Amino acid sequence: MLALFLAFARMSLAGFGGVLVFARQAIVEQHRWMTADEFNETFALCHFLPGPNIVNLSMVFGARLRGIAGGIAAFAGLLLPPTLIMTVLAIVYARFSDVEVLRRILAGISCAAVGLLIAVVFRMMTPLLKRLDALALVLMVGVFLAIGVLRLPLQAVLLVAIPLSLGATFLMRRKVAA
Amino acid sequence: MNAENPIWALISTFGLMSLFAVGGAAAAVPEMHRIAVEVHHWMTDKQFADAYAIAQLSPGPNVLIVTLIGYAVAGIPGALAATLAMCLPTALLAYYVSRLLNRPSQSRWPGLIQAALVPLSIGLMAASALILAESTDRTLAALLLTATVAAVASVSRINPLWILLVGGLLGFAGIV
Repeated sequence: MLALFLAFARMSLAGFGGVLVFARQAIVEQHRWMTADEFNETFALCHFLPGPNIVNLSMVFGARLRGIAGGIAAFAGLLLPPTLIMTVLAIVYARFSDVEVLRRILAGISCAAVGLLIAVVFRMMTPLLKRLDALALVLMVGVFLAIGVLRLPLQAVLLVAIPLSLGATFLMRRKVAA
Repeated sequence: MNAENPIWALISTFGLMSLFAVGGAAAAVPEMHRIAVEVHHWMTDKQFADAYAIAQLSPGPNVLIVTLIGYAVAGIPGALAATLAMCLPTALLAYYVSRLLNRPSQSRWPGLIQAALVPLSIGLMAASALILAESTDRTLAALLLTATVAAVASVSRINPLWILLVGGLLGFAGIV
């Protein structure tokens, strides 16, 4: 149990800009708690459910090893240390955010962070572009416009988009199979 | 359950939002922005962009931007409440679903749902980028930096941390 807490604490502190890579390494290679296939299966489950994937993964994974207490140990290990760090940063930010040098540094980091996000979007989009998956591209642009430009509430957009996308994907797969 | 209580507002906001956060934290950024900046005026546009930058720069899951929003609203209790509200409900949901589907690979539903959600998450993340860029990329130099980072990170596998640090250095030097 303590090992679970410590392992997840370590991977969350190592994981700058995404913990998944470290999680796979620690769970599959270092501790051999799961095979690579079991890990993929667990991750796929957490990926299709809502919420932060890696947080869901910690709970499901811990629970598979040691029941609900193990799930909570892994969940706490993943979140507690970075939450404390983040709270300290929040206090620092609240006190010093009007210091000119810090403002400039943060502005530079923000620009770079947005660039990184665009790169992730681009990488995820490439397979859809290659397949010329018109339907997926239309849905993608539709969600982008509704949320990014029109600024509609997320719930409303998803309540329309999810059934639409599910239905379309289901019909497409049936057509391919037939 | 006082509607005026900021802690309660944080819990209900993020608890509900987490259930709609398909595609993880980056996809929920537009909704966080809409609620924190436009609906409740918890932070300014600039503070929100700063919070995103701090969350990217710090270790741990990127979803912890909610810790910063929570702190801005109600101090340390707010930070903890927002973090738990965003993370715990879906983690418990995942736990129960995983017990229900002991062997998820045998069902075709997870695969189908995932395939259906991918384009939506990409659209959401693109919207995040647009909303953040509107507050960060006010100058030509800033726009150029964002574009360069996007191009470099699309074709290479440099550790994102280095890219963020270079951005910080350029900011320090007063270039962007």
